[in-house]
Amino acid sequence: MQSSPRRSKRELKPPERPGGRSSSRYSARQGRRITPYLYILPAFLVYGVFMLYPLARSVHLSLFDWDGLTLATYVGFDNYVDVLNDERLRAAFGNALTFVFFYAVLPVCIGLVLAAVLTRARVRGLSIFRTIVFLPQVIAMVVVAIAWRQIYAPDGSLNTLLRAIGLGDLARPWLGDYTFSLPAVGIIGTWVSTGLVTVLLMAGMAKIPVEQFEAARLDGAGPVREFFAIILPSVRAEITVALTLTIVASLKTFDLIYVTTRGGPGSSTTVPSYEVYRRAFEQGQVGSAAAVGVTLTVLIFVISLVVNKIGDRSSS
Amino acid sequence: MRISKVERLGNYAILIFFSFVVLAPIFTIISTAFSPASAADAREGSFHPENFVTAWQEGRFGQYMATSVLVSLIVVVLTVILSLLSGYAFGTMTFRGQSVLFYLFLVGIMIPAEAIVVPLFFDLRTLGLTDTVWAVALPQVAQSVAFGTYWMRTYFRGVNPSMIEAARMDGASPRRILWSILVPMGRPAVTTMMVLVFMWTWNEFLIPLVMSPTGEFRTAPLGLALFQGQYTQGTALLAAGAVLVALPVVVLYFILQRHFIRGMLEGAVRE
Repeated sequence: MQSSPRRSKRELKPPERPGGRSSSRYSARQGRRITPYLYILPAFLVYGVFMLYPLARSVHLSLFDWDGLTLATYVGFDNYVDVLNDERLRAAFGNALTFVFFYAVLPVCIGLVLAAVLTRARVRGLSIFRTIVFLPQVIAMVVVAIAWRQIYAPDGSLNTLLRAIGLGDLARPWLGDYTFSLPAVGIIGTWVSTGLVTVLLMAGMAKIPVEQFEAARLDGAGPVREFFAIILPSVRAEITVALTLTIVASLKTFDLIYVTTRGGPGSSTTVPSYEVYRRAFEQGQVGSAAAVGVTLTVLIFVISLVVNKIGDRSSS
Repeated sequence: MRISKVERLGNYAILIFFSFVVLAPIFTIISTAFSPASAADAREGSFHPENFVTAWQEGRFGQYMATSVLVSLIVVVLTVILSLLSGYAFGTMTFRGQSVLFYLFLVGIMIPAEAIVVPLFFDLRTLGLTDTVWAVALPQVAQSVAFGTYWMRTYFRGVNPSMIEAARMDGASPRRILWSILVPMGRPAVTTMMVLVFMWTWNEFLIPLVMSPTGEFRTAPLGLALFQGQYTQGTALLAAGAVLVALPVVVLYFILQRHFIRGMLEGAVRE
């Protein structure tokens, strides 16, 4: 928008710095030097007090052995050594990686195929489909967990279905089973993530020019070659975003575990975030809880960094 | 693109199959919610909408929903105001330390609540602030402000610079430019942010769980988890409670669907 009607005023008040993009931003010389900081201050105060400071305190606490009540003892990195040695914590981090598979890897694979098939032939009803598959993202995880608990219950719909089709031998209390509870909870994650990933990938694929497909088809490319030659390279950025989002979500899973299995049976479905809660607020191992929380944070940062690095490299 | 009939039919089959997979658990819980809650109820028929009333009363969802509304209101209002201010500075002004400060906010998007709740609880307990609405709300404001600053900065950077320039030529102060020009113009971006922050706050579990140990400020999802622990037998009432807790966000999703999807997709895509 040009400001032609305001030309008269412009003549009265010439710009202090002529032309260009930079003149539109308030430089320190023009406004008061502290103006930008005043605008940031309120947000930064809340963010600093309730996010950055507690994070630093977590790091500090993680170096102590503390039950939350009596005096804390400095133990150095013992709590972190525990993360590697403690069987339950090792299980928790191992399970977290399994959840990364169910929350991120599996949905991206399903989403890629699904989005590619749907992009190739744009049929009606896509927008309704988008609305439906995105739905699990907006439902509170506690509600999702309760719904799936009823499905997995000993007399729940999954077992009823299995018995009805003559596979009653497979029926079991899914969430109480040492072998099957982890994948059972993982499938819930897949159910939640797949819609988001699919919608994200479909948005990316919609940007591919139709001519590319037409050219490939003139060359006689089938759906499979089309997928690997055109679709996959065009949505690398979306895959990176999808992986980052879902991996972070999987590592933050707390409410799902809290409501479905509380980490059990044994430690077969426990995850780091649940261990943070259990240790700090049920077992009085506050230092250890903080160490698990810090380790989890580092893990989230490292994984997202690696995913984005790989994403950047393969797209350049 | 020309597509064969077979492929088209196949695509419909896929659409229907995946829609079914997504909807099946949702239908399960809705139909359970209407099913008889006890053997006595079962004799009176198979459709029991009164379950919602019973669950509402027995699960004290009125109280929990009220808390959820209060917490969401605080978080959304504070987040919007703070993010508008900070996003405005990051998006339209240049100043020393700009990028360092911005990255500091940006990392907040990835910091999990698990990393901050432990010291937050013990420090706020020392100050006697646990079991207040602020202990439940403010940590969530901090989380949301990290996203909000990033989101609003993107909007402010996208505004045509000549518009700000023109207003400034007219002698408008930065404050006036923000509130009378940029904010009204940026209503869609602000709406998207409000919708997302509302959803995150309504659905949040860990922070209210930890920050209100006596349960005085128990939000709806927590009330539901507690209800589940108490009524292991009554799956119908539990399902009814679950539907009640999910309903506000789901209804909003159907009304403002585009904001939800756009926000969650674009919010994640970095520049």
